[in-house]
This record gives sequence, structure tokens and C-alpha cells, in this order.
Amino acid sequence: MSEDKKVLVDVQQLKKHFVKSRDTWGRTSEVLKAVDGVSFQINKGETFGLVGESGSGKSTVGRCILRLYDYTDGTVKFDGQDLSKLGEKQLKPFRRRIQSIFQDPYSSLNPGMTVLDLIGEPMNIHGLYKNVEERKEVVASLLEKVGLKREHLYRYPHEFSGGQRQRISIARALSVRPDFVVCDEPISALDVSVQAQVVNMLEDLQAEFGLTYLFIAHDLSMVRHISDRIGVMYHGRLVEVADSDELYDNPLHPYTKALLSAIPVPDPRAHVERVIYKPDSAAEEAAVLREVSPGHWVALP
Amino acid sequence: MRQLIARRLLQTIPLLFFVSIACFALVKLAPGDPVLSFVTPNMHPEDIERIRHNLGLDKPAYIQYFIWLKELFQGNLGYSLVNHQPVLDQILDRLPATAGLMASAIALAVLIAIPLGLTAGANRNRWQDKVINMISYVGISVPLFYMAILLIYLFAIKLHWLPIMGMRTIGVHSAWDVIKHGILPCVVLAFGFLSVYVRYIRSSTIGQLKEDYVQIQYAFGASRRQVLFRHVMKHVLLPVITLLGMSMADLVTGAIVTETVFSWPGIGSLGMTAVKGMDYPVIMGITLFSALFLILGNLLADILYGFADPRIKSTR
Repeated sequence: MSEDKKVLVDVQQLKKHFVKSRDTWGRTSEVLKAVDGVSFQINKGETFGLVGESGSGKSTVGRCILRLYDYTDGTVKFDGQDLSKLGEKQLKPFRRRIQSIFQDPYSSLNPGMTVLDLIGEPMNIHGLYKNVEERKEVVASLLEKVGLKREHLYRYPHEFSGGQRQRISIARALSVRPDFVVCDEPISALDVSVQAQVVNMLEDLQAEFGLTYLFIAHDLSMVRHISDRIGVMYHGRLVEVADSDELYDNPLHPYTKALLSAIPVPDPRAHVERVIYKPDSAAEEAAVLREVSPGHWVALP
Repeated sequence: MRQLIARRLLQTIPLLFFVSIACFALVKLAPGDPVLSFVTPNMHPEDIERIRHNLGLDKPAYIQYFIWLKELFQGNLGYSLVNHQPVLDQILDRLPATAGLMASAIALAVLIAIPLGLTAGANRNRWQDKVINMISYVGISVPLFYMAILLIYLFAIKLHWLPIMGMRTIGVHSAWDVIKHGILPCVVLAFGFLSVYVRYIRSSTIGQLKEDYVQIQYAFGASRRQVLFRHVMKHVLLPVITLLGMSMADLVTGAIVTETVFSWPGIGSLGMTAVKGMDYPVIMGITLFSALFLILGNLLADILYGFADPRIKSTR
């Protein structure tokens, strides 16, 4: 991570607490701390991977950046602008620049719309390419960019396979020329053979459009492949942040070690010792990130 | 699609046959004797027997059914036991009054229920939802005849804005007169329908708003209005179509209680009189019509589903 790179997304002390239950008087009685003080930066043009087990809060971080959730505390700066303070109206130009790809390609496409309408929808919202013919042309060229055909324009989502649907989602996210795309487990619902195609396509598109990705996943080998830097989340906190090769070769936090030990080895005879992570003390859980070597941060007491 | 329609129409024939048998059996099993409505205190037993014979009611029940069925195939729905008018004429005579009333009530109910249901679902557990829920619970739990009487008392008797009952003022022949008579029954019926519709639309809206493809619209920067009307509404129409399909039968049977309270000269009040007089040809006629329209309504709903959701079209 060189210093001359421009920070595009700056997340500081992000907290998102969900109210689990309320007492008789409507006061909050139980809180779920899905994200509890997460800070990281993403530089322009890089891919930041976010990994962790289910329920670690990684998707919540993504949804907070998209402002699908109003977060409890903390700031998210995009291109120097603090998004947390903006109302929906001032947020709209940023809504164009920040796009997202969701996990489940079966539920993230409205079944009642054709591909043309689906991909044209963000353009519609932001008032781009208002001319019908022009919009059709743009959508068709986007379809070709993601490896689909012009003939697919008037088909409905149920006529496509999972991989094709995810390509439609990607075309839709790119339709308004975003700078930053939150990929919330974009490949985990796909077949392994299709996963590689989609990931490679995401990399090609990144190079072509100069995109910045936040790549949320639990498939560790795929994350290493696509990410420049990786953050490891555990129980709503970041426990380790490092360049991806550094993280895989030299994990420092016991949870990262446990996570890496869970990567399956494609050899039936190989015996891998699974490490199970259990925090030893409250101090370990409360530890904050410290830089132990350039670019390698870890939360250890 | 054409095959589907043809198949469904063929299916109606055995269905109508079974409906007619069941209905005939129920009328015959019910206690009471239609002949008794002609009996006066100074009649001889022979007179009563003669009336019974003239009406064909002395034959065994199954023979009566076959006679009725034979006549039906010749396009004759029979004659009323009470006023000896052809059943078909009576039904067709009263059909416009009922169909007009029910169609306007259902249309009014749908037009109000869709925005109310969407609002309730989009503001789940907030005050808007609570107010709308309360309205719909009132509509479901307060009997319509009671609500009708309250409205008659308020708008017809106290305020003199609207007529009390009937469909026409005697001697007046204007459309406006009929509309004025129709407002109260229409509002009462619409309230009954809409209370149920709102519940369906609300829960369907809540389900839709949780869908990823709706969530992602917010991320694109779509406003609440855009999300509700462009994405949620189309899917919310599915339960509405189902409900409309089932309401098709109401178009021809009318609302028995509401029509009776307002003395609306429709099929509902015809049915009420027929049941009281054990006038089985009329009861059978109305039941057959109702069954036929219920089937047609469901067929129509099935066709409309395909337009609302393309997934349904391709799996057929």
C-alpha cells in the first residue's frame, strides 16, 4: 500500500446495533451489536476483501456503506464526503457512484421485469439515457460486456441460469458508471466452475472501468485471488487487516489462523489440523487494531 | 393458453352437474314443505294434494331431479313454485341491478384497498399501519347489516341526503336517481370487501419489501414512491387477482343480507325470498349461475396471473 494512492472509501469506527427486543414501554432492552467499531480504508482502484464467518457482520458493513441501514455510530467518507450526514436527496449523486451486487442472483432481480428494464432501472432512477433507443443500445452493449447476448434483452430473469443472472446483476450495477461497487458475496451462490468465470470478469471490468471493489466473501481462496488487501472480521470487529499475500502467508491473529485452517485442500490424503478459535480473555476481545509491520494491522492485546 | 381455456371450460360441465345434485339434495333434505305456502285454513286435504300433484311434488325426489335436468338441457331452468314465472327470466331481470351494485362495490373496494394496503405494509407497526388495521378489523368484525342500518339512520333518516331503500323513486326515471339509491349499499358492500383485501395487500407488501430486488432499489437511489409503485405494486396485484376471481360469483349472486336490508331488487333478495318459500327451482337457478361465474372468475384470474408474473406463464 503506497502512500500516494488516493483513499476513496474511509470507514471510521462504524457501529451498527440492531434492537433485538423492547420492553413494555418501547425502550430498547436487548441489543445485537452486528458491527461494533470497524475502521478501514479502501484506496481508489483496489479491491478490499472482507472475510469472516456467518454472522460476523461483514454484510452489515457493506449495507451500511450503501446506506441501506442507518448506522448507530461512526462515519463513512466517500471521496472525502461524509455520507452519514447526508439526507436522501443529497445522497442521490453518491447512490449513482456506489453500486452493489448482492449475493443471491435469484432474489436480487425483480421476476416481473425484462432484462432491458432491469438493467435500465438504475439509469431510469438517475435520469440517464432518457431516449428509449439510446438506452436500449447502452444496455445491449453492457450485456455484451458481461458475456450475454443482445437477444437476451426481452427475456425474464427466470429464463437464465444462476451465473447468467449474476452477470445481469453486474451489468446493472455498471449501468450508471459507478466508481465503487460493493460485492456482497457475489459468487457464493454459484457453481464452482462459474465462480471463476465471474471473478475473472469482475477483474477485467475493474481494469476497464477503473473500479474499486469491496469484496465480501467467505470463500477464502477466491478472496485471496481477487483482493489486494483483506480485512478479517470476527463478532462485529476487524481483527486483522493486511495485504492479501501477507495475510495468507503470515497470519498473526488466532482467528485468522483458524479461518485459514478451514480452507479445504484438494487432496483426499492430506490431513489438515483444524484450529478452532476461542477468545482466551475479555482483553483479547476488546483489543484494538495496531500496526505490527507496514500495512499489517492486528488486534491483539 | 387456448388449450387451457378449452380444458377449463370442459371441466365446468361435470362440476355444474355435481353442484346441482348437491344443491337439490340439500333443498329436499331441509325441513319444510313448499306446498304449505299455498295452504289456507279452510282448504280440504284433497285440495292440498291436488296442488302437490300439479306442481309435480308428489313424485319421488330423484324423478323430480331428472325432470329438472331434462328441462335444463332444453334451456329451461323451470318455473318458480311461488309466482310461476320462468326462473331464467327472473334471474336475468334482476341481474343488472345486482351486477351493477356488486361491480361498483368491488371496484371501489379495490381502488381504496390498494393504496391503503401498500401504506400499511410500507409503514408496518407505525401509526398509519395501526389506523388502517383498525379500520379493516372493524369492517371484518362488524356485521354488514348492522353497518347498513347505522348508515341508513345517519345519512337517510337524520341528514336526508340519501334515500332509505329501494332502487328507484316511483315515477322517476333517471340514472342519477338509481345512483343515489345505490350509494349506501355500495359503500357498505365495498367496506366489507376492502377490509379483507387490505389484509391481503398489506401482508403481500411486507413480504415484497423484504425481497433483495426491492432492497437493491434503495441502494440505486430509488425513492420510496418509486419502489412501492414500480416494484412492489405489480406483485401485490397477484392476491388481488385471486380475490377478484372469487368475487366474480358475487357479481351474480349479490349480497343476500345487504340487498335485503336495502330492499335492493337484485338476485340476493330474490334468493332470500326463494329460500323462505322453499322455492327450489329458483334456488337451483341462482346456485348454478353462481357456480358458473365462480369457475369463469377463477379461469380469468389464472389468465391474468400470467400478465402480472411472467414466471407463471412459462410453467404452464
